[in-house]
Amino acid sequence: MADMLTVRVNGVVMCVPPGFTVLAALDRAGTRTCRTSVTGEPRGALCGMGICQECRVTIDGRSHERSCMTLCQDGMEIVTGD
Amino acid sequence: MADADVIVVGAGIIGAACAYFLTQAGARVVIVDPTAPGTVCTAACMGHLVVMDDSEAQFALTAYSCRLWTDLAARLPRPAEYEPRGTLWVASTREEMAIAEAKSAFYRARGVEAHVVTQGEMAALEPALDSSLPGGLWVPGDSVLYATNAARWLLDQSGTTVLREEVVAMGGGRATLDDGRDLEASVIVNAAGAAAPALTTGLPIEPRKGHLAITDRYPGVLTRQTLELGYLASAHGQATESVAFNIQPRATGQMLIGSSREFVGFAPGVNRAIVGKMLERAQRFVPCARDWHVIRIWTGFRPCTPDNLPLIGPAPGDATVWIAAGHEGLGITTSLATGRLLADRWAARDSAIDPVPFAVDRVAAGAHG
Ligand SMILES: Cc1cc2nc3c(=O)[nH]c(=O)nc-3n(C[C@H](O)[C@H](O)[C@H](O)COP(=O)(O)OP(=O)(O)OC[C@H]3O[C@@H](n4cnc5c(N)ncnc54)[C@H](O)[C@@H]3O)c2cc1C
Ligand code: FES
Repeated sequence: MADMLTVRVNGVVMCVPPGFTVLAALDRAGTRTCRTSVTGEPRGALCGMGICQECRVTIDGRSHERSCMTLCQDGMEIVTGD
Repeated sequence: MADADVIVVGAGIIGAACAYFLTQAGARVVIVDPTAPGTVCTAACMGHLVVMDDSEAQFALTAYSCRLWTDLAARLPRPAEYEPRGTLWVASTREEMAIAEAKSAFYRARGVEAHVVTQGEMAALEPALDSSLPGGLWVPGDSVLYATNAARWLLDQSGTTVLREEVVAMGGGRATLDDGRDLEASVIVNAAGAAAPALTTGLPIEPRKGHLAITDRYPGVLTRQTLELGYLASAHGQATESVAFNIQPRATGQMLIGSSREFVGFAPGVNRAIVGKMLERAQRFVPCARDWHVIRIWTGFRPCTPDNLPLIGPAPGDATVWIAAGHEGLGITTSLATGRLLADRWAARDSAIDPVPFAVDRVAAGAHG
């Protein structure tokens, strides 16, 4: 397990294998809501391939990053719901 | 019997403001436009309501119009997204601080609140601005608006219905529709924006193309409409191509990024080269703009006159044709004053500002370089 990565999802620490996307990490954490729409509705991943933009989250302080297109890195800070 | 007292051709922000004030003055108004109200140039803009100082006439018109907007503000519906954000004019060089000083003196002498801000003060006002910028001018009285919805509200308030038809000719107390029908009125207002010369030959109006980009939501990163002091040189020169830094934070947290100016006729396509320059300029003033996602880019055509002032009043040679067009990049700001000036003329009453600088016959067609 030496090569597991540690990330934090909304402050909660979890371990994921290398090659995991942020979206996969969210799924493992049981988090379905990635972001909040302009009218305040919850939004989650739809296409899983970078097109629909529904899976955006804040990664290491950068808002609106697509979780389905981003690989987990050790120490990554992921925040959902923005 | 005539079909109306006044027929307004064009339901952009200008036609809507004319309908609003003319009906208040007691006129029966019909407004004609083949497209949905407020969806041409009015939908392409930033909606910055701004007092300008490039000439006494421009100042008088913009300051008067901004006062009229402020008077309306409390009644504007939420979708009009009126927000008193003020304007932060930013100097890009030490030399430009002299422009800030002069602009401040000009505004203050005419009763408009303005404060020169130092480098440190500016960093405190808007921390996202590059901290090496030397300072600027803070004008707290300006505001922003979602112009399409404001135009629709003005139309609703006026109670006029919009005839969804194209006008193919106007004059002699008549507007001819594309289905061949004639509408009669004592006055026909040409408020067709950049298309106005197609209906009144000889009007010196040319389309001046602009691009805007809108980003994803970055709430709180900027809170004021922020633009460079060099904007005036870009906007009010007649250069064939120019860009200036201009960002407007929207109520949603999105950023509207401008602005570009080109004389290229009615070519609606996105010019990637000029958009690149526009975004680079934005990043120079606001470094974190580098990380922003642009989600949409569009273009629009400002109705531009050779002296950058609109044409407001009767057309030479036909007393039944009045013009309300040529507002270039300030038509949202100056719409209410335009409507008021024409309504005053209709009611034969004095206006709050001198209408003479906007007289239609002051500039000849073909005067564009
Ligand atoms: C990129 C950009 C940014 C801008 N930013 C600002 C800003 O921040 N602040 C500001 O004050 N201004 C701004 N402007 C300028 C402002 O948008 C215009 O000055 C204003 O919208 C002009 O309004 P209008 O009613 O004359 O024209 P339009 O909105 O174009 O309306 C004209 C109407 O006439 C109709 N029409 C045309 N021909 C006919 C016909 N034959 N018969 C019937 N109807 C006809 C059209 O369908 C249209 O609806 C900006 C413009 C651009 C392009
Ligand atoms: S799920 Fe569609 S872009 Fe990520």
